[in-house]
Amino acid sequence: MGYSGRDFSTRRIGAAAALVMAGAALAGCGDGGSSTDPNRGKDAKSYSLTITRNAIEGGKNTEEAEWITRTVIPGFVAAQKAKGVTAKVTFRGQGVDDESYKTKLALDLKSRSGADIMDVDGIWVGEFAQAGYLRPLPEVVGAPADAWDGWPTIPGTVQKLAMFEERRYGIPPATDGRVLFCNKRLFARAGLPDGWQPKTWQDIIAAGRALRRLPSVTPIQLNAGTAMGEATSMQGVLPMLAGAGAEIYTGGTWTGGGQAVKQVLGLYAQIYGPEGLGDPKLQQEAKGRDKSFEEFAAGKIGILAEGDYFWRDVLNPKTGVAKMKTRDQDVGYALIPAVAPGKGVRGQSYVSMSGGAVTVMNPNTKYPQQAFELLAFMNSAEMTKARTAGTPELTSRTDVNKEILAGDPFLTFVSEKVLPVTSYRPGLAVYPEVSTALQEATASVVAGKSPAQAAAEYAKKLEGIVGGAANVTPR
Amino acid sequence: MAPPTSPRADLGPPAPRDAGDDAAGLGRGRAAAFVAPALVLIAVFLVFPALWTLYLGTTDYRLTGIAASDPKFVGADNYGDVLGDGDFHRSLWLTLQFVVGSAVLGQTVLGFAIAWVMRDRRGLLRRLVEGLVLLAWILPGSVIAFLWIALLDRDGGTLNALLGTPGTAWLLDHPMACIVVFNIWRGTAFSMMLYGAAIGNVPPSHLETARLAGASTWQTLRDAVLPRIRGHVLTSLLLVSLWTFNDFTPFLITAGGPDGRSEIMSVYVYRTALGDGRLGFGAAISLIMILINLVIALLYLRALRDRSRKAAVA
Repeated sequence: MGYSGRDFSTRRIGAAAALVMAGAALAGCGDGGSSTDPNRGKDAKSYSLTITRNAIEGGKNTEEAEWITRTVIPGFVAAQKAKGVTAKVTFRGQGVDDESYKTKLALDLKSRSGADIMDVDGIWVGEFAQAGYLRPLPEVVGAPADAWDGWPTIPGTVQKLAMFEERRYGIPPATDGRVLFCNKRLFARAGLPDGWQPKTWQDIIAAGRALRRLPSVTPIQLNAGTAMGEATSMQGVLPMLAGAGAEIYTGGTWTGGGQAVKQVLGLYAQIYGPEGLGDPKLQQEAKGRDKSFEEFAAGKIGILAEGDYFWRDVLNPKTGVAKMKTRDQDVGYALIPAVAPGKGVRGQSYVSMSGGAVTVMNPNTKYPQQAFELLAFMNSAEMTKARTAGTPELTSRTDVNKEILAGDPFLTFVSEKVLPVTSYRPGLAVYPEVSTALQEATASVVAGKSPAQAAAEYAKKLEGIVGGAANVTPR
Repeated sequence: MAPPTSPRADLGPPAPRDAGDDAAGLGRGRAAAFVAPALVLIAVFLVFPALWTLYLGTTDYRLTGIAASDPKFVGADNYGDVLGDGDFHRSLWLTLQFVVGSAVLGQTVLGFAIAWVMRDRRGLLRRLVEGLVLLAWILPGSVIAFLWIALLDRDGGTLNALLGTPGTAWLLDHPMACIVVFNIWRGTAFSMMLYGAAIGNVPPSHLETARLAGASTWQTLRDAVLPRIRGHVLTSLLLVSLWTFNDFTPFLITAGGPDGRSEIMSVYVYRTALGDGRLGFGAAISLIMILINLVIALLYLRALRDRSRKAAVA
């Protein structure tokens, strides 16, 4: 009896190891000759393709899921039928944290399986490409990749989202920008102006102090900690770092624990410190970000830093995950200020961060030509317009943007005021780890450590991640 | 085979030596053929993966990036890094709390207590108690994880509603206590059933004698019951501590958080290997986990053997 107990538990670990090993063995198998031929399966009269992304009907990014199942797939299947080809396209929706979604994709691609068309975050392109999970489009599909008629409509800066080492890996459908959202109703009760636009970080803190006087209102939500994952970097640390005049990676070195990082962590300390301008617990909870959405929609948060996604997909009165019926009347927005006018990155007074998803092709697809045809179809002007019909967004196509943004003051604001001052993250494989180190630094400040100490710990960790002090510059 | 009328004669010195040579009378070749399938299975599913884990642990193999396509040999670096990693020490310490608190103390004591209290009871009460305890054990982990999150949630959690303490974040303020209590609740059924069977094996005459001699409950347990069930105690402790050591269900409730304050060993491996994508480093931790498992198992086995040797001498 006792003996079998030992057997059992070691076998469990053994089984886990065997799974890892099976993955490794699959990844290690050489390229089968035919699986890299761009024209394999080209003349099939009947084929099936699968699309996946982190969107699911009735849940996360429900609009995108509906767009795929109700518009893209029927449209594509009909177009193929007209050509005498039977296409079967399946959508495999996901509704999970971005980190879990990434792990799943990586494991799928490692085992040479997974959907034929998938969405990845722009910053994953580099590490997936380095791992050999993704290959440049021209390698996978051949000449049609560069000949696509949509490329001229996508600005070069936006195309960079889908590029790694100057080669295209997919098509970016859209981009975004970051702003400060505020609840106008709470602002009015706290005696703050209607068209609020802070010019310094102290303006934000001052507004927070005014909001704190309202009962059961959290004045400021600036994402922090590791539970929020990349949201902490994108909506918190990185825009603030840009506001303090630094980028996380410039001139070939990473930004260590210098003045700018200390200033950013100092801001966190001020918000989540004894003054109580933010809710430290919310930053630690496993579902903290979702909860912050709900609280904002319920009028319990005064100021919240987020991307335009928050307006389109979260607060959206019709399709949002945390619907806010009075969004158009009650929610204001402002540019994220630098620490002081002119002190931001490139001497700017206002800053933002941008990113976006990239639709890529699984290099192991059985039908590369058909899959690329589907990919191009999804990003055609017609489909892009259909995708944004319910809720306009900043698409990657300038021809579509001209038409759809005209009637939308918020997105016009993002497009005209935010995108000119925005910054992008470095598409390097090591970036996600640097990002985690930044998140951990904010977590320790929220938990009560001094900004100087957290900055020093961050700098030490950073050196370990990027391969030594030579690759780090304190800024 | 042995004449049933004279069993004592078989226990003479020559008999065991005969049995040790060839008890089943198969001969060496056929005996080897007989165990070969089992040995092959053990080799394929146990020894080889363990060796492979050992090998992976010596590379910088990762889930993504250059090291995924072209892992490099880094020698014992990973093992050194794991042993020097503050997160590993914290995780080991938390796992120790988890195993001792929830398995060794919690499940064993509670399971025994329920079995002892219920030993003479029949009918509805006993079936009800056993049913509830068993239910906690057999429900799927993902389902009960949801139930526990609903119970302990900060906003609108059942516990806060019962205690009248709205806004208390149990899972954030006391993450370890939460998962320890959770695991006691979850796993008590096994100990209860095992001890229930064991107590049933204590001859009623012993308990009767103890009662007539005026022994207190504590004295009865110590002098009449415990000597009879010591083997069961060791077996139960071995099983529940190994199960608990490798348990992953707490991840579904706290995800190792907040800030790693409930990051027990299995969660730590998951986070480093799949969350951070450091497969080589994760393999190094896994191997260390295997070794810890073996040590725990050896300690218990030794205790069991000592006991049976003593019993044989007696």
